[in-house]
Amino acid sequence: MIAGDTISTRKKRALFLLLMPITLVLGIFFLIPLGIMITYSFLEPGLYGGVEWNWYPYNYGRILGWPLNDYEEFEPIYLAIFLNSLKIAGLTVLFSLLICYPAAFWVSRMSPRRKNFVLFLITLPFFANLLIRIYAWLLLLRPTGFINSLLQGVGLIDQPLDMLFSNFAVIVGMVYIFTPFMFLPIYANVEKLDYSLVRASQDLGAGPVQTFLRVILPLTAPGIIGGSIIVFIPALGNFIVPAFLGGSKVQMTGNLIERSFLQSRDWPFGAALALLIMGSVVLLLVIQFARASRRESRGAA
Amino acid sequence: MVFLQIASVHKAYATPEGALVRALDDVTINVKNNEFLTLLGPSGCGKTTLLKCLAGFEDMDGGDIILEGKSLRSVPAHHRPLNTVFQNYALFPHMTVAQNIGYGLDVAGVKKPERDRRVGEALEMVGLEGFGGRRPAQLSGGQQQRVALARSLILKPRILLLDEPLSALDRKMRESMQIELKNLQHTVGITFIFVTHDQEEALAMSDRIAVFNHGRLQQIGNSTEIYDTPANDFVANFVGTSNLFAGKVIARNNGLLIVETANGRKLVGTGDRFAIGDSVKLVLRPEHLRITGPDEPASDHAISGTITDAVFVGSVVRVHVDVGFGRTAILHQKYDRRGLGSALNPGTAVTIVYSPEAAHIIPEGA
Ligand SMILES: Nc1ncnc2c1ncn2[C@@H]1O[C@H](COP(=O)(O)OP(=O)(O)OP(=O)(O)O)[C@@H](O)[C@H]1O
Ligand SMILES: [Mg+2]
Repeated sequence: MIAGDTISTRKKRALFLLLMPITLVLGIFFLIPLGIMITYSFLEPGLYGGVEWNWYPYNYGRILGWPLNDYEEFEPIYLAIFLNSLKIAGLTVLFSLLICYPAAFWVSRMSPRRKNFVLFLITLPFFANLLIRIYAWLLLLRPTGFINSLLQGVGLIDQPLDMLFSNFAVIVGMVYIFTPFMFLPIYANVEKLDYSLVRASQDLGAGPVQTFLRVILPLTAPGIIGGSIIVFIPALGNFIVPAFLGGSKVQMTGNLIERSFLQSRDWPFGAALALLIMGSVVLLLVIQFARASRRESRGAA
Repeated sequence: MVFLQIASVHKAYATPEGALVRALDDVTINVKNNEFLTLLGPSGCGKTTLLKCLAGFEDMDGGDIILEGKSLRSVPAHHRPLNTVFQNYALFPHMTVAQNIGYGLDVAGVKKPERDRRVGEALEMVGLEGFGGRRPAQLSGGQQQRVALARSLILKPRILLLDEPLSALDRKMRESMQIELKNLQHTVGITFIFVTHDQEEALAMSDRIAVFNHGRLQQIGNSTEIYDTPANDFVANFVGTSNLFAGKVIARNNGLLIVETANGRKLVGTGDRFAIGDSVKLVLRPEHLRITGPDEPASDHAISGTITDAVFVGSVVRVHVDVGFGRTAILHQKYDRRGLGSALNPGTAVTIVYSPEAAHIIPEGA
């Protein structure tokens, strides 16, 4: 036997080989485009699209107010839109959480057959095209749509409610799209919750509220955090839902990015906006990981 | 006043197939204060179900549980003065050992300095000083069991329910924990209701044993009562090894009963409450049977047979004797370091004797 060829070195080698393909794919199709984006965000926009290879940090100045030059001025509307996007994404997370958390407990207590059926139902929307599903909400929410006709028919309202093209409509659409992504991680966590721990808590004198806060919530927190991250990130950058249900009234940063790239052909500005979103998401993840690892080390100490 | 009354408790579960499992069928037990009561029975006989009813995790279908004159029927689990050590310990994985043990006090609003002091005492009581900062996953099975014990005892419950707390431990550990638990129960002066399916454990630890089968209480009594005078077939077979001989009572003689088996063999045993003509069974423990020496005078209730097997099991030799009519008797012969000898070779014809006082008679078919 060769010296040093222990089980652990062999394991390491196998792991390295197995991870090679995905590393290459990620490297080529993620890191290189990301590098291009970062580079472009610091270049001067070409007059008819494309870029001029000059150092040009002023794309960020338009959004953040610094640095600026003679041509670019600070436009606070971009920050306002970004903050509104944060709000919409945050509320999307909140509402889908409020729907999914109790539902996960409900489903986890079903018989195995019903459980599988419900899980199938949850993935069912993916069989229909996203645009069609969003468009359906447009039909439901518009002044002459189903919901307004129903409410008017019942006599609850006289005038149709103006629901479409508002934050409300956008959040409804987003919650609708992202609910399965929130549900599955929470469900996976709730499903393996050990009910004997709940009983132990009651046995030791904790009422239902205390048991929930001290045992159930901490033990299902990983699912909640996982689901929230998986929903928050795509919700923040989404542009299809606001394009359909927000119209010209509700803009999200995703729409701005789309417009800079496809309509005004200002690639560097679009890249700067996209990196702003990415930066804020990375910041959130770093904070979350720091907190999680601090908790780990506190537990082990 | 009776300390804890378990009064004809009923509990049935519906199976998915629609059948009804009687997990508890008319169970009545009067538990004494400071008693070490063991619930003994095979897997699935309803032991955990009874603990759940006591702790308040399961509604009873009928009957009542009365602690010092007060019914616990409508008292929710978190208000009952009982604590449980669960079958799988159920330690909170997201808390440290100290947090686990202090949980009940914390919930009850005991302030941190006081709580820390009592957690320290509890850790000391179960011999886990210095383990307070660990997570349950970083403990061995025996240590986890101690944490579960400390977590319950710190609340000074009136009654501690223990659901097979030793079953996950290895034999050595289990035996030392049996002694520790018994001593602990003496020191803390709390009533223990202890569940096990291990009859040796039950005999070793209990003040009284309640034997269960199929949700029914079979017999309750102290260890020697259960062992020497089992109430029926089930208890005789479940607790220790028994040789059972069925027959009819044909005569009564100085408090002894003469029992005639189907093939005309006459046996003698003790038992009251039987009349001549009753169908009964004679229970003979292996250690009460003895193979006679060659020049011993004949006894009127000896059993003759042929050795089929002799196994050395350490302290004794377990001998199987074919006594005719398709029955094998098992007896324990003292091992005297001279080897098994030819006297116990299979095929040897032997005569077995026993003292009639040791032969306990139970009703047939009970
Ligand atoms: N929630 C339930 N639903 C249906 N049947 C149940 C339920 N809980 C227990 N049972 C049944 O009730 C009977 C008694 O169960 P219990 O858990 O009390 O047994 P046990 O004596 O504790 O057994 P073990 O020694 O294996 O722990 C068993 O037949 C079991 O299948
Ligand atoms: Mg059990």
